Amino acid sequence: MPRRTMVEAIRDALDVMMARDPRVVVFGEDVGYFGGVFRCTEGLQRKYGASRCFDAPISETGIIGVAVGMGAYGLRPVAEIQFADYMYPGYDQIVSEAARLRYRSAGEFTAPMVVRMPCGGGIFGGQTHSQSPEALFTHVAGLKTVIPSNPHDAKGLLIAAIEDDDPVIFLEPKRVYNGPFNGHHDQPIVPWARHPLGETPDGHYSIPLGQAAVRREGAAVTVLAYGTMVHVAEAAAEETGVDAEIIDLRSLVPLDVEAIERSVMKTGRCVILHEATRTSGFGAELSAQVQERCFHHLEAPILRVTGWDTPYPHAQEWDYFPGPDRVGRALRAVLED
Amino acid sequence: MAERIPLSLHVPEPAVRPGGRPDFQYLSIPRAGAVRRPPVDVPAHEIHDLAYSIIRVLNREGEAVGPWDPGLGVEAMKAGLRAMLKTRAFDARMMMAQRQGKTSFYMPSTGEEAVACGFQTALEKGDMNFPTYRQQGLLIAQDWPLVDMMCQVFSNERDRLMGRQLPVLYSAKEAGFFSVSGNLTTQFVQAVGWAMASAISGDTRIAAAWVGEGSTAESDFHAALVFASVYRPPVILNVVNNQWAISAFQGIAGGESATFAARAHGYGIPSLRVDGNDFLAVHAASSWAAERARRNLGATLIEWVTYRAGAHSTSDDPSRYRPKEESDAWPLGDPIERLKNHLIALGAWSEERQTQLRAEIEDEVLAAAREAEGYGTLHDGPKPSSAAMFEGVYKEMPRHLREQRQEAGV
Ligand SMILES: Cc1ncc(C[n+]2csc(CCOP(=O)(O)OP(=O)(O)O)c2C)c(N)n1
Ligand SMILES: [Mg+2]
Repeated sequence: MPRRTMVEAIRDALDVMMARDPRVVVFGEDVGYFGGVFRCTEGLQRKYGASRCFDAPISETGIIGVAVGMGAYGLRPVAEIQFADYMYPGYDQIVSEAARLRYRSAGEFTAPMVVRMPCGGGIFGGQTHSQSPEALFTHVAGLKTVIPSNPHDAKGLLIAAIEDDDPVIFLEPKRVYNGPFNGHHDQPIVPWARHPLGETPDGHYSIPLGQAAVRREGAAVTVLAYGTMVHVAEAAAEETGVDAEIIDLRSLVPLDVEAIERSVMKTGRCVILHEATRTSGFGAELSAQVQERCFHHLEAPILRVTGWDTPYPHAQEWDYFPGPDRVGRALRAVLED
Repeated sequence: MAERIPLSLHVPEPAVRPGGRPDFQYLSIPRAGAVRRPPVDVPAHEIHDLAYSIIRVLNREGEAVGPWDPGLGVEAMKAGLRAMLKTRAFDARMMMAQRQGKTSFYMPSTGEEAVACGFQTALEKGDMNFPTYRQQGLLIAQDWPLVDMMCQVFSNERDRLMGRQLPVLYSAKEAGFFSVSGNLTTQFVQAVGWAMASAISGDTRIAAAWVGEGSTAESDFHAALVFASVYRPPVILNVVNNQWAISAFQGIAGGESATFAARAHGYGIPSLRVDGNDFLAVHAASSWAAERARRNLGATLIEWVTYRAGAHSTSDDPSRYRPKEESDAWPLGDPIERLKNHLIALGAWSEERQTQLRAEIEDEVLAAAREAEGYGTLHDGPKPSSAAMFEGVYKEMPRHLREQRQEAGV
């Protein structure tokens, strides 16, 4: 089976969908001729023409606003925001418009659209190239929020997102674009070409939004993670020897609560991971879900390992990033109770 | 019934792409000295033509000509030359430092040095710039210590921003240099607010807003113009049109349909379009706008026509989207060469002195780099403290951050 990096897998998903469906249009800053600063749209303008893949002016509210209009017309826009950190000028268009159009017009108008954005840290990008704003989307009724951790899922989920009739926020953890970064920044990264999840079938396939994947089976503790933190969790489990079951959520809204319940009822313990800041992060929602659904099966308090509640710093990147040591400590701690 | 034609989308394309011959025909350039210089209290609607021309002082022979010739003294011009050379040498050294792994990222202003270095000459102590990442010349023209700037770039132990910010996003209040945000155009409107505050307080200080032509697309640009139009605060609204926004040519920001200077017309704000590679024109136009601000006549928008001769940043490779030779074909030339030629034409300078000055400046920059490296570089040597990460989020550290700091063990 062909192996792809996550960048190639995303590009392939766009290519497959642009070929199948003339309603799919792709645009964003530097997305057209250049092919995007992370190269996710390289070659698409040449292949499909400038009216289906083009550069947008530097206006995130414009990019998302025109996507809403295109979706309402009947197209399937896939907009790129260059970094998730730059989506804020477009936030009103996402929250007040895209998310609510179906509801407020009683289904007369809808906004089937995907907003792709690279997120997360690990590239010394400082506070404006490192943020993980997923909770700002999961909190909004009417949006779906997806975050793949590997090329195979990225392609299948992106195709599902484009085919979805509701607006989907598609977060791309940029640190795993080229390999499964596990938080060991001082070690060379394994390329996706040598990782089983680098395998991405050619052509069309989709992964339903709302289905988690078990990355590692285990009996002692359930780890809920998504994006880059899935790989950090794997490293931590390996290094501590803790028999952890690692669940890659893949989609935050809709959330695969059955998979979570099944695992926590089995293990009786739960550790939740994310790069985003802690307070009101998506981990708080996950923790509440586990408590509400599995309280009588829990043998220890639920723990969260997250980014600190500060802006993302530059020089202190590795003090900030919740790496395998911190995750490993939490795995051990939750077993002591 | 009229016949309907199928519609089609207009997507702007630059005249040439890599492999093609550079072509700047879209830019019509008047002779130096050709544009009139109105009085500073001119009503905006009487100078609409100035937003469609280009104010220029230095001609091809190196002479200063026309009504915008500021009559700057030789010493002031030499200081300008020195500031531009220093900015260029600083950029070259920091680009190299990034390639050597001493920092993560850098953004040069090569080719655009006259804009910031010339503009700063119109400001006084107490005025406030709200710069973008490409206005290092504002600091260098004030002889701000290079070591201080380098320590920020290296995120080292002496970095006044404690390692928190991405390289080049300086902050230097004492130098009238507002903390640079990585989010485009947010500060353009903040400059208007600062100027409104000066007016509200009966102060005499003025503000300067900065934005790239690509970033004028952001809503904050338009918000700034409407507030500047309504309250007429003492602010200069600078648009640096260096033709490119990463890989997007100025047409993607709307430059095909109107000039960026003309954006001001809908708001009734006086607007100038100026040769940004002409140090004397930059000084003259900045001083004109500053005088308007100081005389309580309100805002001025200035489009600086220049060219981003270097890469967007150390992460960028411009040969992927524009011809390699485009920079050499830029019709407004190089700002340093032009001012140098003028000084030579005046008999006040020579090629030998230029070579000597460049060497002196390169030594100065190298010595500064050695000193700054002694205080650490991003991955080597003394670092800002890890605890600094938790400080300054709030004035007083709240309990939850104290607990997190403890958990982090720093
Ligand atoms: C809100 C926001 N959107 C996108 C970016 C990414 N970005 C950084 S610089 C840049 C291009 C800006 O071009 P321009 O305004 O012309 O300034 P120049 O770089 O030419 O000085 C882009 C798109 C950003 N920093 N902030
Ligand atoms: Mg520009």
